[in-house]
Formats: sequence, C-alpha cells, structure tokens
Amino acid sequence: MSSDNNNNNNNNNNISRRNFLKTTGIAAGTLVGGGLIGGLVGYNLNGNIGTSTLDHAQNGVTNEATGSPKAKMFFMNNRDFSILSNATERIFPEDDLGPGAIGLDVPYFIDHQLAGQYGSNSKEYMQGPFAEGAPTQGYQSRLTRAEIFKQGIQKIEAEAQSRFKKGFNDLEGAQMDEILTAFQKDEVKMTGVTSSFFFTLLRAATLEGAYSDPMYGGNRNMEGWRMKGFPGHQMAYITQIEDAKFKKIEPNSLGNH
Amino acid sequence: MATTLPSVDVVTVGVGWTGGIIAAECTKAGLKVVGLERGQKRGTEDFLNVHDEYRYAIRYDLMQNLSKETISFRNDRKMKALPMRQLGSFLLGEGLGGSGTHWNGQTYRFLPYDFKIKTMTDERYGANKLGPDYLLQDWGLTYDQLEPYFDKFEKTTGISGEDKNPFSGKRTNPFPTPPMKKTPMLVQFEKAAKNLKLSPYMVPSANLSEAYQNPDGETINACQYCGFCERFGCEYGAKTSAEITVVPTALKTGKFDLRFNSNVVEILKQGNKVTGVKYLDTISGEEFIQPANVIVLTSYVFNNAKLLMVSNIGQQYDPATGKGTLGRNYCYQILPGAAGFFDEQYNTFMGAGSLGMTIDDFNGDNFDHSELNFIHGGNIALTQTGTRPIGSNPTLPDTPTWGPEFKKQSIHYYTRSFGVGAQGASMPYKENYLSLDSVYKDAYGLPLVQLTYNFTDQDRALHKFISARAADIMKEMGAKTVVPSGEIKDYNIVPYQTTHNTGGTVMSLTPEDGVVNNYLQHWDVENLFAVSAGNFPHNSGYNPTGTLGALAYRCAEGIIKYSKSGGSLV
Repeated sequence: MSSDNNNNNNNNNNISRRNFLKTTGIAAGTLVGGGLIGGLVGYNLNGNIGTSTLDHAQNGVTNEATGSPKAKMFFMNNRDFSILSNATERIFPEDDLGPGAIGLDVPYFIDHQLAGQYGSNSKEYMQGPFAEGAPTQGYQSRLTRAEIFKQGIQKIEAEAQSRFKKGFNDLEGAQMDEILTAFQKDEVKMTGVTSSFFFTLLRAATLEGAYSDPMYGGNRNMEGWRMKGFPGHQMAYITQIEDAKFKKIEPNSLGNH
Repeated sequence: MATTLPSVDVVTVGVGWTGGIIAAECTKAGLKVVGLERGQKRGTEDFLNVHDEYRYAIRYDLMQNLSKETISFRNDRKMKALPMRQLGSFLLGEGLGGSGTHWNGQTYRFLPYDFKIKTMTDERYGANKLGPDYLLQDWGLTYDQLEPYFDKFEKTTGISGEDKNPFSGKRTNPFPTPPMKKTPMLVQFEKAAKNLKLSPYMVPSANLSEAYQNPDGETINACQYCGFCERFGCEYGAKTSAEITVVPTALKTGKFDLRFNSNVVEILKQGNKVTGVKYLDTISGEEFIQPANVIVLTSYVFNNAKLLMVSNIGQQYDPATGKGTLGRNYCYQILPGAAGFFDEQYNTFMGAGSLGMTIDDFNGDNFDHSELNFIHGGNIALTQTGTRPIGSNPTLPDTPTWGPEFKKQSIHYYTRSFGVGAQGASMPYKENYLSLDSVYKDAYGLPLVQLTYNFTDQDRALHKFISARAADIMKEMGAKTVVPSGEIKDYNIVPYQTTHNTGGTVMSLTPEDGVVNNYLQHWDVENLFAVSAGNFPHNSGYNPTGTLGALAYRCAEGIIKYSKSGGSLV
C-alpha cells in the first residue's frame, strides 16, 4: 500500500478550541492516575528535570543496558532543556498506561538529534532564495531545525513570562497547555518560521523519541513500544501471521540483534 | 576538461529496475553496457539492521539526498514555484536498485482498458465525457501486445499471486509462485467483499510466498512477514529488487560495467543522433564523457524528463498553446479510502509490503460511469504492510492531536484500527506538467525540474465515489466506527501520498502525441531511449511497477533490434 493508512485519520484531527478544553479537563485526572503507578515523574513542576526516579530495575533491564546516555549534546543550559522536557511531557504525558515523554527520555533523544544531521538539515535542499510559500509547498524556512528549536524554546519562555509573569518551568500544566496551543494555532510570532510549524516539529520529534529504537536515546527501556504493543525488532512472523489471536510479544531492540 | 572514455554499445543512466532490465537483456544479447548510477552500491548484506523505523521510514535513509537535487513545485501557473525542501508527498530513490529497493512489491498489470482509454471512453460515453482540458490518449500499444513482456517481468520477479480477478486482461501463464498467506484481516476483507457481491483476490506480490529461481538463474527467498518493506530494503533477499535479480544477471555476462557515484548531467547530441553522456564522478569531482551507440534514460520520472530538457532534446510542452510533448501528461494518484476502528485487537505490526486483498470492481471501466462525472477508478485493497509506531497514531475523529486523550487513543487503536484504501487513477490535464525551473538549481548547476500540479474535478469526483465504496466494505467488515476520507482540495506536497508519479516523457502512436514510440525510442532521435513511468500517458488505479517492468523488457527488445538494423523501430 502506498499510503499511510492513518494519514487520513490524522488529517481530520485539526484541533478545535472545544476539543482542546476537553483535553485539558482530562489532564488533571491524568495526574492522579499517573500517581497511582509511579509518582509524578515527569510532572516535576519545579523544573528539576533529569533526575527521574522511575525504577526500571523491576523489569530486569536497567537504563544503562539499553544505552541511553544522559548528557546534553545540543542544549547548553538546564532551563532550556527543562522547557523542552516539560513541553514534550504535555504532548505525551505519563498516565496509567505508562511513562510520558520525560520518563521515556524523549528530551535526550531530541537533544541528540538536534546536534546531528537532523538538526543541521544536511539532507534537505537549503539553497536560496527563500520565499514564503503556500501551505501546499511545505518547508520554506532558511532556518535549520536546530535553529527553529532554539528560537522556539526561547519563545515559549517569553510567552510564559508575558502571559503569567513566570518561567515556563514554573507553570501549572494547564498554563503550559495554553501556551503550546497558542503555538499550534499560530498565535505566537516567530522569525523565519511560523509557530505552528515549530509545534508540528516538536510534536513529531516527541513521538519519534517515544517510539524509535532505544539506541537513539529515547523509548527508554522500550516502554514506548511496550505500551503500544509493538514488538520492535523481530526476525519473522511467518509462523504467527495466520493466527486469529492477538500476539503479545515482549519487544526487542536492535541493540540485542 | 572532461575525459573521453572508450565507446560502448549501450549506456544506461541510472541502475534501478529499468536500467537493470536493459543491462541484463542487452548483455545477454552480446552488447557491451555501461550503467551509470549516481548513488552507491547496496544490497541484501547492507540491510541487516533494517528494522529501524526512525532511520529508514522517518529520516529516509535509502532515499534521494535533496541537498543535491530536488524539484520545485506550484499548484498552478500563477503561483511562484518553490523547491520541495524535504521529502514528503513521494519518496525518490537513489543508489543501486533506485526506488525499487524500498518499494512494497505490489505488482499489477494495467487493464486492457488503460492502453485504449481514449477510444474506449469515447465509444462508451461519447466524445466529450471529461471535456477538452483532459489530454486522454491511447498508449500506442495494446494490452495484448504487451502481455508477453508482462509475463517476462513476472517470471523474472517470481510474482506470488492467484488468477482470480475477473477483470484482469488475459494471462498466458499462471503466476510463477502461489499467493501469500491469508491473515485474519484479509479473511475478514474477503468475506465482506463477497457479501457485497465484489470479487476479492490476493494482491500480486514481489514478497515471495516461497523461494524461487528465476529463468536467469537468480534466487529470490521466501518472505518472513517481518513488517518492514515500504521504505526499507529486505535483509532476506525475499523482496524482489534489481540488485538481487537483473543486476547480477548482467554482471555475470562480463559485459556490464557498473559505475557508482556517477551523475549524468548532459546528453550529448550531434545532428539527429546522440553520441554519449557527460557525467560527474561525485567522489573525485572529475568529469567524463561516455560515448555510446545507444543511450537509455533509466532514471526516475523527473530525472528522465530533466535530462531531455537540459540537453534540449524534443519540444517542451507549453500549456498556453498546447504545443510540445516533453513534460506533458504528468499524472499522480488519488488516494480514497476509509479507516475502521474495532474493539478487537489485530496483529497490525506483522505484515509485508504486498500482503493484501483487493478488488477491481471499481477500477478502470469495470463499472458504469454513465451517471458519474468521472472516468476510471481504483483498486480497493486492504494491505497488511506492518504498521509501525512512530508513523501510526490512529485516533477517532475530533480527538486532539496531543495530550492525554491523544496518547490514550493512539495507543489503544494502534492494534485496533486499519484502513481500506484505493489507488485512484489520475487523468492527464492540460495544466499539469513538468518544465525547468528558472530560479532554483541543483548541486551541479542545472535547473531543477518544476512540477505544476493540482487535483482536478475528475480527481475530486473519483475520490468521493471510491471513498464511499471503501467505507461500504469497512462497514461490512464490522468496524465499530468507519471514517471515510474527507474531500480532497488542493494537492499538497507535504504529507506522504504515493511515489507513483507518471508522465512527462509519454509514449504514443504518433510523434505529435508523445516523446517516445512504443519501443520507448525517442521520436526525434533514433538511438536514444527513455524508459520510466514517465512513459505512461495517464496513471491507472494500480501500482505502476508491473507495467513499467513490462515496458522495460519491450524497450530492451527494441534496443537489441536497433543495434542490429538501426532506424526507427515503428
């Protein structure tokens, strides 16, 4: 099949104000639900990120074993990294199904990607002249993804200060959501790129970090895959493909290949 | 200063399916062939770590590096064309095997109707069914003429399938290997289609159901249903590609000189013949001239057209006057469909690129269009290609795209939803065409190809009708929630749709109607051939590679014939 079956679904999901309000309503309940299994990891509202206490030993696999170095290759200070972390957690929050973006080390995944080919757009056509195109013409920014993220994080902080007179990392979840929604709906002015484009990148990178092979530094302990029922790297399904029963398969990463 | 190399019989520009087929057939016939491939060598041994959605499916590891070359795009002539800076709508290939390395392997034959679409439409619906702005034309070759070449391509590739499609053109031989395994999802589709009095059959597949040795002696292995086909290479050598079939066949003859990192920038012409190509070694930066008796353009649709345009061969199409043939009849595909959300869980992560069931009841002219404001249609299929977690986050309509509800639903429905989709045919329209961009250049200083394209009324009507049929099937399959695709508006180059681009170097019965004749020999230059899906005067409701492979075999026969006797082949 040439098309992604689910594109159609996603395309229909343009967020509406009504739905957004509905979501933030649920967010409060989620915090409680999340508390039942692992504490408020990821909802550290003091911005003290990077000291996750989630105990992975219970699964018999430590974080070190799956290779997820917690060092910053792109971000240069903890405040900016925490802004990224909190924003991704709002997009993909911890709940009773399992960890959110922070618990999955998504911020480290994004940090590492921004430091490399993804951040420098080395496989994209970046020659000028640059002009603002129609939405149907796609990416027309002169900025690289690294530059867009850098500016985006600064703008998130500026937006927090102007709306709430506080740093983004000190906001309540609903206030963070309000700011992210403003970005998504193109209500924040950015230079050389629209805020909705930055939000689209941020959302996509968050999902990539949650579900890519752990060797990239996210999807910690394959918990993203485990939640979703995706078994990761398996050699073959030839003996199971005809079975009617759903197969719950313990995921495997390329590091074990 | 370019170095001129010793002359050879045939040079191919690009070594994917078409370059590989030309090389295999011509070297077997004793001709000396040089294959110039701008990318690198790659093959089965390089795909050991291919189960990596992020590297291959999201960051496009096997695809064209757009920093070197891309296209520019606008929806219509009034808009300013801007470069496609990132891959999106379609995924261009690069490297040995081309886009045939990361294909799914669904290998259809176009319908007899496709080859005579103008005649048959006029006969059944009158002369002006679509209006004068649609540039419908017969292909200059009938299905029956092409049948032996279809047969040959299927035997080379070992296609797995079943001869149960009542709308198929006549087959002289059965499929070389049996159909793939029928999964619970496919059984459900089959049952629903039969209940609706439709005619389901297994998708013809280049992911082979069993190990197979082709007539050239190359072995293709049995598919393991690992779920990594589209956008990936196959670590088992079980997805037929040029690297495991026709390329080794050509190399074994000792007459095939395959050169990598060799990017052709110009076709050299003297009088009414071409003399060779100029290419750049992208590693050393050196320029070479490779003289040849026959030149064959075997790269992707856009690049074949571009090389003719930058070399000033043929007359560029002008939509204002309707004059010129080069760049005309660019077509894409329309993707109607319906998503279904179920209560029960499915093994959606298992699969193969061509694992599916399909129907042709709403394809071609297999149903009456008298009361409809479009022609043609599309195959409607359920394919179980192996759904992957980054790219697949299904949610019910009106769900936010992020936050707790998004996370909950996208995880829940990952294994509880799938789509029934169609590849809708695309008809040529006077305002949809390829030309050269006047502003943007590639890394070698050549202009980018400029694509001017938008969906037409025909496309919108087709999309609406076929989406409703897909929804009927999904409903019959018992989905709790059925979501037909919304109406299409303007073509958008951002979201992935399909890599089935066609047109621009169209084949035709007369020189007035196309760029090449039905041996894919250039109408103006007898020792120049161009073979790609660019030869299709319109795009059908199927994957194009089966028809493209057949045309490549036809072209190879023409080249061998030409090398003996010269002159025009028609």
